Amino acid sequence: MPAPLKIANAAGFWGDQPGVAAKLVAQQPDLDFITFDYLAEVSLSIMAILRAKDPAAGYARDFIEVVRSLEEFWKQGGRTRLVSNAGGLDPVACAEAVRVELARANLAHLKIAVLSGDDVHAMVTSDGAEFQNLETGAGLEEVRDRLVTANAYLGAEDIAAALRAGADIVITGRVADPSLTVGPCLAHFGWAATDYDRLAGATVAGHLIECGTQVCGGISTDWLELPDSHAIGFPLVEVSADGSCVVTKPAGTGGAVTLRTVKEQLLYEIGDPGDYLSPDVSVSFLALKVDAIAENRVRVSGATGRAPPPTYKVSATYRDGYKAHGMLTVFGHDAVKKARHAGEGLIRRLHDDGCVFREHLIECLGTGASVRGVASRVSDTHLIETVLRVSVAADTKEPVERFTREIAPLVTCGPQGVTGYASGRPKVMPIFGYWPCLIDRSLVQPIVRLVN
Amino acid sequence: MIPLRDIAYARSGDKGSSANVAVFGRTAEAYTWLRTHLTAAVVEAYFKPLGVGEVVRYDVPNLEALNFVLPGILAGGGSRSLRIDAQGKTLGMALLEMSVEAPVGLGTIRPTESKG
Repeated sequence: MPAPLKIANAAGFWGDQPGVAAKLVAQQPDLDFITFDYLAEVSLSIMAILRAKDPAAGYARDFIEVVRSLEEFWKQGGRTRLVSNAGGLDPVACAEAVRVELARANLAHLKIAVLSGDDVHAMVTSDGAEFQNLETGAGLEEVRDRLVTANAYLGAEDIAAALRAGADIVITGRVADPSLTVGPCLAHFGWAATDYDRLAGATVAGHLIECGTQVCGGISTDWLELPDSHAIGFPLVEVSADGSCVVTKPAGTGGAVTLRTVKEQLLYEIGDPGDYLSPDVSVSFLALKVDAIAENRVRVSGATGRAPPPTYKVSATYRDGYKAHGMLTVFGHDAVKKARHAGEGLIRRLHDDGCVFREHLIECLGTGASVRGVASRVSDTHLIETVLRVSVAADTKEPVERFTREIAPLVTCGPQGVTGYASGRPKVMPIFGYWPCLIDRSLVQPIVRLVN
Repeated sequence: MIPLRDIAYARSGDKGSSANVAVFGRTAEAYTWLRTHLTAAVVEAYFKPLGVGEVVRYDVPNLEALNFVLPGILAGGGSRSLRIDAQGKTLGMALLEMSVEAPVGLGTIRPTESKG
């Protein structure tokens, strides 16, 4: 039996804690791989906006800092390899930036591979293409001319190809999140693309670590009882040749890996647990076994898999107007009543001045507003303080822009006791609609290339 | 009446404009109770004020879990929704606030039982 493959995660989203990868290799120098997941559903549309202003901004530049932070480790003989979807909209440019950085550090012997071909924007926007919305069933016609990005979720096979070619760092665009973990397993254990149960196990392992600290107690129900929650460790999985894994975290880190934290993360963002779809395999969680085998070590086994769908999932985004949120604190008797009245007055004034909003929302935080109407056991009349949050959305930018200039004036024309306005005007943000759809695999051409 | 959190723990997350909430029994007995009483209809009625569609419940007995899929609950979700919680981060906590008529002590782990 080959030794288990040790795969960690050092970023659960674009904007996760900086400096984690360097800490991980210091805590656990025998890691085989570190994965980084930068791409949430609408991350690529944010990159599209950034790239419109700066052509070099189509990828997660944070990753270049990560590479820099590991240079010392590699110079001293460290062997940990990296797999990341940091390439975003422009994996080739990201790989080039990494190449330049490594050359500067005299580490040009480290091989960089880039996986592209996930961008299917041209295909999706071409005339006559169907691409029905998976959620609503709507046809693409209504948004086709506003489409900003369209990327297919590529899979582990292409990542494995890059690793077999000798890559130390694999940079991808859109891939399925767990595939960042499944790819190294495929390459290392030499599994066949039809070893569905093993692929299912590795997919479960990847799913468990793809959100960073979440499997080590982050956002867990019993978070308050965690040891050292100020320094929760980032997770690693030790994947065995049979596809089962042990979830753990480096010694000396905070948080906990328990049956509860693992079970919570297993079902995080899951639909039908009997049919979890990835480009690599369709996974059933229904025979999974979780066993606490030692402190902060949980074994997960029993995943079963079937052939994946003949299609790739595509995550597309389209422009859908603008929005802004403004917040002010209101203190004093009748705080909630005053806050609501001030918010309604603000919208009315803007309306009188000719601003047209397709939607607005007034929330009084502190009253259970996050789930308005559900579980509200707080009596509004007894609150001495609330945060007024007013939001607007419009098809055009102008009325939203105007709204952002009307928040601070409530300090002089609103109720007595308004404060918390010092952070400046709210930002106008573009709205991106999310358009999930499917594309036939034969229409997508993944490209794996070594950069140096 | 006791709060659901006394006998269960949970986690929620988003998928487009839908969300899921996974609910786990704090003990085997608590899970048995949940399977009988925490039906899709009960959860759907609870979240109706947020505009949820038809709730589907998936049973995952090997994890002592029920997974509820809540279609359309996020008013557009992601970057689209104007709500403070556009991604369903609070839904698990909200569900655990539900008052239920479960026997007191159902969620208490007996000393001989390992924590899980």
